[in-house]
Amino acid sequence: MTASTVKFPGHDGDEIEAYLARPDEARPRGGVVVIHHMPGYDRATKEMVRRFAELGYDAICPNLYFREAPGAAPDDAAAAVRATGGVPDERLVGDVAGAAAYLRSLPGANGKVGVIGHCSGGRQSVLAACHLDLDAAVDCYGAFVTGTPPEGFPMKVTNLVDQLPALRTPLLGLFGATDQFPGPEQVAELESILTRDGKDFEFHTYPDAGHAFFAVDRPAYNVAAANDGWERIATFFGTHLEA
Amino acid sequence: MCTYLTVKDEIDGSAKGAGGSWLRVSDLAVYFDHPVHAMAEHTVNIDLSDPSKGPSARVALELTAESARRLVAAIQEALAAAPPELTV
Repeated sequence: MTASTVKFPGHDGDEIEAYLARPDEARPRGGVVVIHHMPGYDRATKEMVRRFAELGYDAICPNLYFREAPGAAPDDAAAAVRATGGVPDERLVGDVAGAAAYLRSLPGANGKVGVIGHCSGGRQSVLAACHLDLDAAVDCYGAFVTGTPPEGFPMKVTNLVDQLPALRTPLLGLFGATDQFPGPEQVAELESILTRDGKDFEFHTYPDAGHAFFAVDRPAYNVAAANDGWERIATFFGTHLEA
Repeated sequence: MCTYLTVKDEIDGSAKGAGGSWLRVSDLAVYFDHPVHAMAEHTVNIDLSDPSKGPSARVALELTAESARRLVAAIQEALAAAPPELTV
């Protein structure tokens, strides 16, 4: 495997930084865009990128905060971007489009690209899958894909309900039953909408898991749920990203 | 959960930052969300920063909700104990 930092044109042609990991084998392979969570382009996310290379994919994680904070520590970059209002949805879609195009341009690419994100990145993975021609999308406990915020809830982000009819990619959703955002009712609402619209999707909710159960560096890490989740992700991408 | 909300304000003072150097801080951001380092699912996160010096000119706190309430109470108590004419 080879892992390195690269640059590619993102939204509006802006050159942004990304972390790229590639398997050494010469066989044709699909690609995976990893959307980092709100705390940023951090070590734990880069470990996921390398895991996808170990699974046989070219994997890339764009630094969504590169424009505001080039070279900054991930936590400082996340704080700076948060203070300026966060990443606009349109820009996220453009950056994922650029990352997918970059993966498709690599030698050995089979042209198929999936996207995955956790937490805020889960919502952004669904967002990208509603606007881009991708081959598979994974939403790990993304809040505000559906759902109406509780009264007085200080939400500064919109749900994606009006965009879901445009979902054009098979979707795998992995959730924790004790998570509140998204809570079981929000997951049920999403399931209901996707069923109504005849979308190709597969959801799994882990009974003993809460939010962020994949996060190996956080108290929420749930070994059983994370291990099973990784198996399902590998199977899902194996189904949709093989040549 | 990601609350997405960030409460911001302007401040004037100093904070001791990375490398032991002091910086004059002009901006305050407070949000209740996932911490980077604290061993809790959610914390009150407080950033005191000087954006004019770049993203790393920041002093960060991640406090449990109870700890944040104690900090607020301690600040209020300290302010209340000071002569009012000194705290305008």
